[in-house]
Amino acid sequence: MEQLINWLANILENTSWWGLPADVSAAVIVWSVYGFILALVVAPMAMIVLTWLERKIIARIQDRIGPNRAGPFGLLQAVADAIKMLTKEDTTPAGADRVPFNIGPGLAAVAAILIYAVIPVAPGIVGTDLNIGIFYIVAVGSFGVLGILMAGWSSNNKYALLGAFRAVSQLVSYEIPMVLSLITIAVVAGSMSTVTIVDKQSWVNGGWYLIAMPVTFLLFFLSSVAEVGRSPFDLLEADSEIVAGFHVEYSGLKFGLFMIAEYVHALAVAALTATLFLGGWHGPFVTQLTASSPVAGAILGHIYFLLKVGVIVFILMWFRGTLPRFRIDQLLDFGWKFMTPVALLNLLVTAFVVKLFQPGVSTGMGYAISAGPLASFGGVGQTIALLIANLLVAFLVSLAVRAFARRSKAQALRAVAAVEN
Amino acid sequence: MAEQIVFFIFTILVLGGGIGIISTKNLYYSALFLSMTLSGMAGYFVLLNAGFLAAVQVVVYVGAIAILILFAIMLSRRMMTSSEPQTNRQTWLAAIVSPLLFIAILVLVLQVNWPVSSAAPTGDALILLGMSFLGSYVIPFEVISVLLLVALVGAIILARDTHTDTGREQ
Repeated sequence: MEQLINWLANILENTSWWGLPADVSAAVIVWSVYGFILALVVAPMAMIVLTWLERKIIARIQDRIGPNRAGPFGLLQAVADAIKMLTKEDTTPAGADRVPFNIGPGLAAVAAILIYAVIPVAPGIVGTDLNIGIFYIVAVGSFGVLGILMAGWSSNNKYALLGAFRAVSQLVSYEIPMVLSLITIAVVAGSMSTVTIVDKQSWVNGGWYLIAMPVTFLLFFLSSVAEVGRSPFDLLEADSEIVAGFHVEYSGLKFGLFMIAEYVHALAVAALTATLFLGGWHGPFVTQLTASSPVAGAILGHIYFLLKVGVIVFILMWFRGTLPRFRIDQLLDFGWKFMTPVALLNLLVTAFVVKLFQPGVSTGMGYAISAGPLASFGGVGQTIALLIANLLVAFLVSLAVRAFARRSKAQALRAVAAVEN
Repeated sequence: MAEQIVFFIFTILVLGGGIGIISTKNLYYSALFLSMTLSGMAGYFVLLNAGFLAAVQVVVYVGAIAILILFAIMLSRRMMTSSEPQTNRQTWLAAIVSPLLFIAILVLVLQVNWPVSSAAPTGDALILLGMSFLGSYVIPFEVISVLLLVALVGAIILARDTHTDTGREQ
């Protein structure tokens, strides 16, 4: 009882309304507000730019011109589309379940935007440096799945429901190789914090993880593309099979929210890939410049980061412009029978190599971790060893795939022969 | 102040979701309310500076609820308009047992003298957790892992159709 009274008194007396500690400096607040604006305003705006970019790039890939009427290079086309979307009638199907129908799109969009909270865009500039960074990304992703399922079920439409089924089976299947590749990174970096992971990718510490772990990069990138549901994994909205999937009954701004969710998530995947594998904001002169002038260093960090994100975004659009869609059984086979075993093998091999280069640590819990036999070679040595190990994994996997392909080909030939006889 | 307000919001999520689970007649709504309750619990963990537990809560429970709903839709007939009765023949038994359980828990909570420490938290809780899992508590940790593996293998064996060889349909 006493505790309860104290607690209520605490409510009345305490004036730190925003939950900020008393000794917070002005710079921290400014950077926090900046990160907030970046996540809440820039990310949705990026959707407008990305739709234009995607239409333009795919048009070029397919030898067309693409949007070129509204504004210079058709730049205003995306703005016009956004305004058109806002003015459309907001329809709700007769048999729809109103509450989940309205919550679904918001949940999907919020889950995509939340990822930006842990992405470091420049030295010192990050929404929040969580010590569980990459695990947090996996966690918020599950809200997106829930949003899609709510939308698909409550639309009262069989195509929407089928789309939601596909979405859940696909997202859950590809979450496993994605998480396994994230664990591989955590093992190498010794941390789940995105800031620490970026710090570990400086050239002193061994360089980009793309160089050290190309197999992990491929596993992560492919399963992330599947998580976003973009081509060639765009089965959740396969127009030719299930009309448009889970968002077939949506119009106006709610449809727009799903579009925002898709593009914001795609951009988040690109930003995440740049953070985890391409060294984030690392680039020539950033560290030196940050030491003398933090703001100039931050600007340079932004430029490098955005360049890397741009390259990944271009690859995503390249996929969409050139690759045909998987069949649903091929998609699940690829996820469960190829990606997951390779990710497990890769994790085992990486953990072994990292253990060899483990520096000695005293844990402060009654025991110490002894140094690995190759600890004296440091970060660069570890990078080279990891690269060799990864190439070995890739070679073994290609051997296994070749053996499997030969066997299934022989089986098919035998079946044909049996029919002919 | 802010912390208390956030605590109230999470409490509303947890209790409102809990009431929702048992009061709706639709299986699908119940599952959605369950996810609401469990998200609120994740919020409590965040307030208690247990970020890792919060993320585990969301991944394991909220993520799994999507699968739960999926199976609920696939396994129950007329899911769209289903209105299952919320009670079965054991209503009276439950009415006796649940208050007793509540009282038992309440007595336990009130009896224990919860120690309040003003000491600062010791370093990165996540690292300490990992060290404990693979140091002092490595045997229980591994035993639980093996238990989960056994459950997984057992589920696969139970679910496998032994009469037909599905691998060769042609």
